[in-house]
Amino acid sequence: MLKHEQIEKSVGLLIVLTLLVVSIGGLLEIVPLFFQKSTTAPVEGTKPYDAVRLVGRDVYVREGCYLCHSQMIRPFRAETERYGHYSVAGEFVYDHPFQWGSKRTGPDIHRVGGRYSDEWQRAHLMNPRDVVPESNMPAFAFLADKKAKDTVGADVVAKMELMRGYANARGIPTYSDEEIKGAKAAIGDKTEMDVLIAYLQGMGTALKNVK
Amino acid sequence: MSDFVSGFWNIYVIVIVLVSILACALLLYMQGKATFTPGKTMGHVWDETLEEYNNPMPKWWSWLFVFTVIFSLVYLVLYPGLGDFKGVLGWTQYGAHKAEVEKMDAAVKPLFDKYMAMDVKAVAGDKQAMEMGKRLYLTYCMQCHGADARGAKGFPNLTDTDWQYGGEPDQIKETIANGRMGVMPPHEQLGADGIKDLANYVRSLSGLPNDSVRSAKGKEAFASAGCVGCHGMDAKGMAAVGAPNLTDKVWLYGSSEATISETIAKGRQNQMPAWKEFLGDAKVHLLAAYVISLSQGAK
Repeated sequence: MLKHEQIEKSVGLLIVLTLLVVSIGGLLEIVPLFFQKSTTAPVEGTKPYDAVRLVGRDVYVREGCYLCHSQMIRPFRAETERYGHYSVAGEFVYDHPFQWGSKRTGPDIHRVGGRYSDEWQRAHLMNPRDVVPESNMPAFAFLADKKAKDTVGADVVAKMELMRGYANARGIPTYSDEEIKGAKAAIGDKTEMDVLIAYLQGMGTALKNVK
Repeated sequence: MSDFVSGFWNIYVIVIVLVSILACALLLYMQGKATFTPGKTMGHVWDETLEEYNNPMPKWWSWLFVFTVIFSLVYLVLYPGLGDFKGVLGWTQYGAHKAEVEKMDAAVKPLFDKYMAMDVKAVAGDKQAMEMGKRLYLTYCMQCHGADARGAKGFPNLTDTDWQYGGEPDQIKETIANGRMGVMPPHEQLGADGIKDLANYVRSLSGLPNDSVRSAKGKEAFASAGCVGCHGMDAKGMAAVGAPNLTDKVWLYGSSEATISETIAKGRQNQMPAWKEFLGDAKVHLLAAYVISLSQGAK
């Protein structure tokens, strides 16, 4: 039988045994999730992001919105009363990577879609304090200066092809050839702010608030 | 944990969980069997006096480990964790949420029922109802209408007596429940000059300083460009389509000549979202009463 002393004095053995022990958690808590229907199949009503929302999402990622806003409504009454139906795994199957976040300096925004008007979103992004004087969110007025087709939208076709590859590998619905072909036209002359607002307005709308 | 794509994963989880718990128990047992020679050093000395001994773990510490092994087994019997096994308590995260919501709903239902049976205006006079209304307002409405309900550019002030869609209880309830779409169409076809004339006329309607030559020309345009269709011949607006009264001193987007010109040229679009599905009838009722209470006492 191996003695503690033997393991401690043989670095190679120590490394192998340590890796074995720490991998157990991952093998148990991560690996089976790839083989669960509730985490791999889209919830009814969840669709792949259309071209405009897909690149809007890239603005969201680039600006680091996830650092202050979560997209994860937990199943507690205090959260579902304020934000809406709790988030479920099947709503995020088209998110690569997901934007759940882990800190709420601002509110959760998983169900912000349709919660405010486009005009509110625009005014709020231009200068949050114009509509919410107490807000400490930075202004994102510069997003209105750049056309999405020159930045996040420049490689939209490649992005959609990649997303289609992911979806095909998992056997879930994805883009048609026409959608990919029409991607550039759909983005058109929209600014980065326009596409970000389109992304926000579509967020979390698949699952209706059940009362 | 009840929806694995194949039964293999069920067994996979159960086996790894049980084997690792057993391995911990075995390790504890073996450590208990190990023999120690108290007082004998391992032969390492640091800083001349710091020596390493090989003593057994304190007993209370070993028992803590034993306790975690027993705890984990009890936990796995009571709660879900072993593959598809749901645990004898039948606990689920969603069930816990549902129970929490139902408990609170049952507690507040008599209150909401009481207010639902009352007229909106009567609810507006009820102190407790208005405290509830204020909390609802600060959760769902303040983002657009402001913490003081005085609104912002493009978002109406709720504390005055000016109503774009009507201030009767039923109209306010309709606004909250089903939302409103406010659309002022763009009129760029009037040309920069025509728009300036019209803006001056609009300013003259509420007695603001204006260029009288331009406003005289604007008056004709007001009738011919279709403004009367929504704002009315008397420019006092039309609640049915949300067209604001242009003769009062309330300005949603601002009253400067430049702002009015922008409104005429580019139009305005804004929306009050529909809240019926999210809030339900009872909260809409209470909020409508709260909105009415806000403008009581205002002139």
